[in-house]
This record gives sequence, C-alpha cells and structure tokens, in this order.
Amino acid sequence: MDELLNILKTNARTSDADIAKMIRATPAEVAARIAAYEKAGTIRGYRALVNADHLPDDGVTAVIEVKVQPEKEGGFDRIAKRISAFDEVVNMYLMSGKYDLLLFVEGKTLRAVASFVSERLATLDGVLSTGTHFMLKTYKLDGVLMDVDKTDDRMRVCP
Amino acid sequence: MNGKSRVAAHVRALPFSGIRKFFDIVAQRKDVISFGVGEPDFDAPRAVRDVAKTSLERGETHYTSNRGDPELRRAISRYVARQFGATYDPDTEILVTVGVSEAIDVALRAVVNPGDEVIYHEPCFVSYRPTIVMAGGVPVCVETRREDQFRLTRAMLEKAVTPKTRVLMLNFPCNPTGAVLLQKDVEDIADFCVKHDLLLLTDEIYAELTYDSKHFSFIAVPGMKERTIFLHGMSKAWAMTGFRIGYACSPAEISENLMKLHQYAIMSAPTTGQMAAAEALDHGDEAVAEMRAEYNRRRNYLIAAFAEMGIPCHTPAGAFYAFPYIGDLGISAEEFALRFLEEKGVAVVPGDAFGACGAGFLRCAYATSMDNVREGMKRMAEFVAEIRAEKKQ
Ligand SMILES: Cc1ncc(COP(=O)(O)O)c(C=O)c1O
Repeated sequence: MDELLNILKTNARTSDADIAKMIRATPAEVAARIAAYEKAGTIRGYRALVNADHLPDDGVTAVIEVKVQPEKEGGFDRIAKRISAFDEVVNMYLMSGKYDLLLFVEGKTLRAVASFVSERLATLDGVLSTGTHFMLKTYKLDGVLMDVDKTDDRMRVCP
Repeated sequence: MNGKSRVAAHVRALPFSGIRKFFDIVAQRKDVISFGVGEPDFDAPRAVRDVAKTSLERGETHYTSNRGDPELRRAISRYVARQFGATYDPDTEILVTVGVSEAIDVALRAVVNPGDEVIYHEPCFVSYRPTIVMAGGVPVCVETRREDQFRLTRAMLEKAVTPKTRVLMLNFPCNPTGAVLLQKDVEDIADFCVKHDLLLLTDEIYAELTYDSKHFSFIAVPGMKERTIFLHGMSKAWAMTGFRIGYACSPAEISENLMKLHQYAIMSAPTTGQMAAAEALDHGDEAVAEMRAEYNRRRNYLIAAFAEMGIPCHTPAGAFYAFPYIGDLGISAEEFALRFLEEKGVAVVPGDAFGACGAGFLRCAYATSMDNVREGMKRMAEFVAEIRAEKKQ
C-alpha cells in the first residue's frame, strides 16, 4: 500500500507537513495526493477511534445474526439491501455458516434495540430468524487495544 | 592490600565506555524523550514470543549443544544462504553465541596473536576497541568522514595496513553513523583483504535495516567466505535484544576454535532464545519489513527536520541512527547533549563516545515512537535557535 495511506490509516491527524517529512515529499505534493484520493473515493473519510467505555452511558451495540430466505433471483441481495438501509444498522456482512447476515446495530437503550429487532427487523418478509447479542466491553477496536498504555521500560541510553 | 588494587593492571587500564557516563546522567531525569537508546522500541514479534513460551512450557530448560541447537543452526544456514548468498554447513561452520557481543569477543580472541594489528573504523560501536585490546591485539583505527557519508574506502585502508596487520574488523550498516557500503565499496575492500591476506571480521547485525538499497554482504563476494568471520544476530532487525542470540559463520577450522572458547566461557547460548530465534529466521520476514518501514518514516522525518534547522547530516542509509553535525554551533557535542537534556528534556549521545573523530556529532537513535521523533525534533529546533541567538550576542 502507498506509504501515504499507511500513515493516514495509523493516524489521520498527521499534518501534511509531517507526512511530507516522512515520505520525502513537499507538503503541497502531500495535499494534492490526499485530495486526489478523496476525489477518487479511495479515502472515504476520517474519524476518531473512540473507546465508548470511557463515555457516560451513551447507548448500546448489539451484534445480530439473521437467517433469511434467499430469493430465486438475486439471492440475498434484495433483502440485504433493505436491511442495510436501516439507520440503526452500522455494519453488515453476508456470512458463510449457520446464519446469513451479521449486523452491528446501535441504539440508545437495550429496549430500543430490542424493539428494533422485534418490530422492524424480524417482521420483514424473508427474515426467518434473528439472534441478538449485546456487547459488554470493548477490548480492541480496528487493531487498537483500548485499555493498555504501554510503558517504555528500556534503558534510557545504551550503546 | 597496602592500597594496591586487586584488579589486573590491563583491565584497570581499560577506559569505561563514554556512553556509560551519559547513561548515569540521563537515568536521574524523569520524562525524557530519548534518542539515546541503541535497541528497537518494538517488542519482539508476537509469534516469536509465543514460541519462547511454548518452549518453556515443554520444559526445554536445559543446555543445548555447545554450538547451538541443531534446528536453529539449520535455520541460520537457510537464512544466511537466502539473504546473503553464501552457504554454511550447520554442523561445522556455524556457532550460536550470546548476542553478537560474545561473537565479537570469541572471534577476536580466536584469531589475534599478541601484537597483531587489527584495523577497525571509528566512529564505531563502543566495544570494538576494548575487545581488540583484551584479545591482545593492537587496535589500528581508520577514521571515516562525513564527506564520504562515513563510508570506508580502500584508499583509507591502504594507509593503515602494515606487515603486522592480521584482521580487518567492520560494521556496516554502522552504529553510530548509519552509514552503509555500496556493492562497489564491498568489492574493493574484499580485494584489499585478499591482496594483504587479511582475515575479515564483519559485524552485519543491521543488515536488514537498510532504506535506500538492499544490503550487500562481504560473504557474497566470491573468494571471501574462506577468509571471513561473518557475525549476525537477532537483536536489531527482529527486536530481540533481550533474548541474547547472535551467531558466527566461518570456515570449519576457525569455527571449531571459536566453539572451543565459547564452550569454556559460556557452555551454550540461552535455550529459550535459541528456540525463538529459529522461529524468527524462518517466519519473521514480514515483521522485519513492517518495522523497517516504520524506521524509514522516522529516518526521513529526522533528515528533513535537520535540514530545516540548518544542521548538516549525511543521509544515514542503514541501522536506526542519524549522525548530525552540530560543530558549527560553537559548542561541543558533550555540552550540547548535557544542555539539551537539562533544558529541553531530550537525550542524544555525543558522537565522541564512539571515537574521537565523532567530536562535533550527535548520535540520534530513531528507535522511538513517531510522536517522540516529532516532539524531540520540535524541541531541538528551539534549542538550536537558542544556541545560535546566544552565540550572536
Ligand atoms: C554494531 C553492533 N554490534 C554488536 C552489537 C551487540 O548486539 P547483541 O550483543 O545484542 O547481538 C550492537 C548493539 O548495539 C551493535 O550496535
């Protein structure tokens, strides 16, 4: 992968000037390349990795396994598109194995998620069954450990 | 005792390492950003640590064969062949040591007769000169220079060689300068060794950490294997300093004598470390590449930052050290380092800790996080500006 993307993926707040130093380019070149990536849609956005456990009660996330009835034409696509359009669904994947779709659903309260599942998701035509699991604690998010601050215990100066 | 020291005179005569004094000063300070650490900031790769754990769980807590675990020696043989282009017999030509540190020591003791001259280059790793002296050799120093990117040239060596010269001792990529040799340099120096019938002791511990071109080893030059002791180890590229594993590859006759010294002094290298090293050599390329990519970003950052400050620095093409020149500021490297630590909380090592010709230079190890690199360089820019303002008054 392009070094520029590697750096931004590790820390999207690295300034153009700092990136320029790291990849031996000028800040203007960096800005132009980032703009090109944004235009092409390769870079889809920038956001913070927030450890939700540090925030005052700000809602719940559930992982929901959904079995659906595939259709003769189009298979899972029509129903999958319909489900993924719900605002409550933040991530969604088609899976191999015992169920078909895996959804990450966010809601304000446990009850809000429960009613989303029972009243809006489970009632859709083609949804055969759902299994809902609530997330309790985040240990790692997108490759980043949430609760360790590693200390540098090396000798401060050595040959 | 009558006030007489019980320590042997030749050991008393050995100076303490210049870096040690600095270590004591830095150790007293809290919250230091340190560019003084000559070891990776990364931990050893996960898979390597897992193999070490499994080995302990299996109860592999005994000596290995003196030469080193046979499985590891085969892994070394495979690795050296694929990376450096020379094949060594794991049974007769490879010795596993306690880091390259031990390998340097046994190698010199094995080949130096009292009074033999050993040519080495400065600035260099702090143990080189004392180890030559302790082996009974006469150290002959060749000074490398910024104008040459701290490379060693044949012309410099021709000036230093005498009928008593027996060994040439090299370290490229180089600690502390970050210098590398190009293929042409290596071939020229190899030819020099042949012409003067010298034994080459080459410490290539930073071989994997080159940024602008692939490392070219002396053992890749036809005819060199017979007159070379090739030293390498796991400490740097695999971030395995604490495992204490190095190795020496050399012709069988030399190797069995290295083994003899190793056997009497050490018995065998640490067993857990040996198991971990085999894993690292066989499956560690990707981890090494990732660390190298990160070192390269930091290196580039440092070079650009020094340029912005107007501090001259040759392009360090290997290892994880930059070696900028601050001699134009009108203060010594030692004063710079002491005041930079005192006033800005940043540690660098004065270049003369690595040999007199390092005067006026600083060793900045970039084995520290990007955040530290950035903050450290910001403070250095401030500090340099303050020094310049002082000197103007
Ligand atoms: C040039 C050089 N050789 C040898 C060593 C010793 O490494 P180890 O004994 O950990 O293998 C070092 C460590 O800093 C070094 O920089």
